Amino acid sequence: MFERIDMFERINGGAALRLDFEGRTIEARAGDSVAAALLAAGVLATRRTAVSGAPRGPYCMMGVCFECVVEIDGVGGRQACLVPAADGMHIRRETGARDLV
Amino acid sequence: MTEERDAVATEARDAIVIGAGPAGMAAATLLARHGASVLLLDEQATPGGQIYRGIELASPRLRDVLGPDYRHGAGLTAALRDSGAEFCPQSTVWQVTPEREIWFTRADTSGRISASVVIVAVGAMERPVPVPGWTLPGVMMAGGVQALLKTAALRPAPGEFVLAGAGPLLWLVAAQCLAAGSRPAAVLDTNTGAAQLAALRLLPRGLRGAGWRYLAKGLTAMAAVQRAGVPIHRAAHDLTIEAADGTACAIRFAAGGSQHRIATRLVALHEGVIPAQQMTRAIGCEHEWDAAARCFRPTADASGWTSVPGVLVAGDAAGIGGARAAEHAGRLAALAALHRLGRLDAAARDRLAAPERQALASHRALRPFLDALYAPPAAILTPADDVAVCRCEEVTAGAIRAAVRQGCLGPNQAKAFLRAGMGPCQGRMCGPVVSEIIAAERGVSVAETGFLRIRPPIKPITLGELAALEPGPVLL
Repeated sequence: MFERIDMFERINGGAALRLDFEGRTIEARAGDSVAAALLAAGVLATRRTAVSGAPRGPYCMMGVCFECVVEIDGVGGRQACLVPAADGMHIRRETGARDLV
Repeated sequence: MTEERDAVATEARDAIVIGAGPAGMAAATLLARHGASVLLLDEQATPGGQIYRGIELASPRLRDVLGPDYRHGAGLTAALRDSGAEFCPQSTVWQVTPEREIWFTRADTSGRISASVVIVAVGAMERPVPVPGWTLPGVMMAGGVQALLKTAALRPAPGEFVLAGAGPLLWLVAAQCLAAGSRPAAVLDTNTGAAQLAALRLLPRGLRGAGWRYLAKGLTAMAAVQRAGVPIHRAAHDLTIEAADGTACAIRFAAGGSQHRIATRLVALHEGVIPAQQMTRAIGCEHEWDAAARCFRPTADASGWTSVPGVLVAGDAAGIGGARAAEHAGRLAALAALHRLGRLDAAARDRLAAPERQALASHRALRPFLDALYAPPAAILTPADDVAVCRCEEVTAGAIRAAVRQGCLGPNQAKAFLRAGMGPCQGRMCGPVVSEIIAAERGVSVAETGFLRIRPPIKPITLGELAALEPGPVLL
């Protein structure tokens, strides 16, 4: 759905990163948000809602809509569009209601 | 040189500026140049806000694609870096008290700092576009698609996306995607002839100052899309996004007297922008209904002073004016703050403010025309019963109408009835629509219906982050 344009790469290079998304290795570039990395890897649905279990994905990309919340390195409720991707990050979808403890 | 320290001293500042877009950057830069201690907080990793997002690291080629108005931001970030203002990135402000105490989270730790003056420069958000299927993965806001271009060198796959809606940003994103080598499958323009007619009388006054340049920019973007042979469907309505396997697969709509369907996995929606009100509401600032722009905005005077002493609002957060207007509004707010801080006498403040006010008016000249031209269609202000309005809690427009019939008078009661506005986004996406629906059902104005009461924390924080709040002297 999205494709990387190499000639638009950041002036500082954008080193290659590897993230783990639910057991699958995805490539990212330094400077990507986690949401951008997921979209670049073709992951559209990044969570399921707590109410009906419907799939949702990044929508606003600016921290407003909370649709892109994922679990990052065991911490839930992270806004993927605001968290910079880092090498070795473990990302999981959130499904259903969150545990309180 | 601006310092980006890991540790942020918690001593009180003269001024804290929230949001590093054009208004916030210009305000912080001017405050620092006049010797005030100023802390600029922003959620992103680099300054620029949404409009100049990624500007510091954008390649020359990308800057060319995004155009000269984007490049302008490089001057603002450079001036900020040079000013001595303290810039604290990746910081989420989740509470500002009326006593001007700022509570924020950074790198899993929380802190609070107080300031004599607070400048809220949190900008705008895209107006929610609740059409059937808008919650599907593969449906994004046009600004979200643009953010991927600005920050991640990602373009939509050529020929495999549709832009739908109205407003300057829709055409700008279409033109920028074309410049980036990615042709939209179609542009669905929801603007109507009636709106164009209504706007026409405002055009002559709108061309004053810098107004004509904005008009020229818009017409240039539209012409580029047309010249590229992108199918443009005018006066498109009844938009519905279809799903296959839980993600978007097509968009259906009516235009030119017939029904259409375009297969696409990416739909970018846009129906204009509105002030981000969460912060000013949580502080307790008074807000007013802007009938022309069809949104609430904080009540503020010409300098940006809100109803809460010591709290200024600047830029699009005070009412949509665009990036260049925001820059001048940011400087006006800074001058007002410097006077309050005793660093500028009234005469110096007014002398420095005069050219900023003039420039602000010039950059805002076309706004009444744009507000009338791009008045949001009724279909998204008060959507059909089966459309999800509150995305978080999955509350439909029909459920809200049913609640009104049961006696629900306003959006805050709707929370109790339905949980609309009580999910993670805290009503950012549904709030404007819930108010519109209730107002229409009750036959009263949106101004009278009011808006959700916003309470801190305005961003979710963990108990760990809360617990990390110690009375100690240093954060992180």
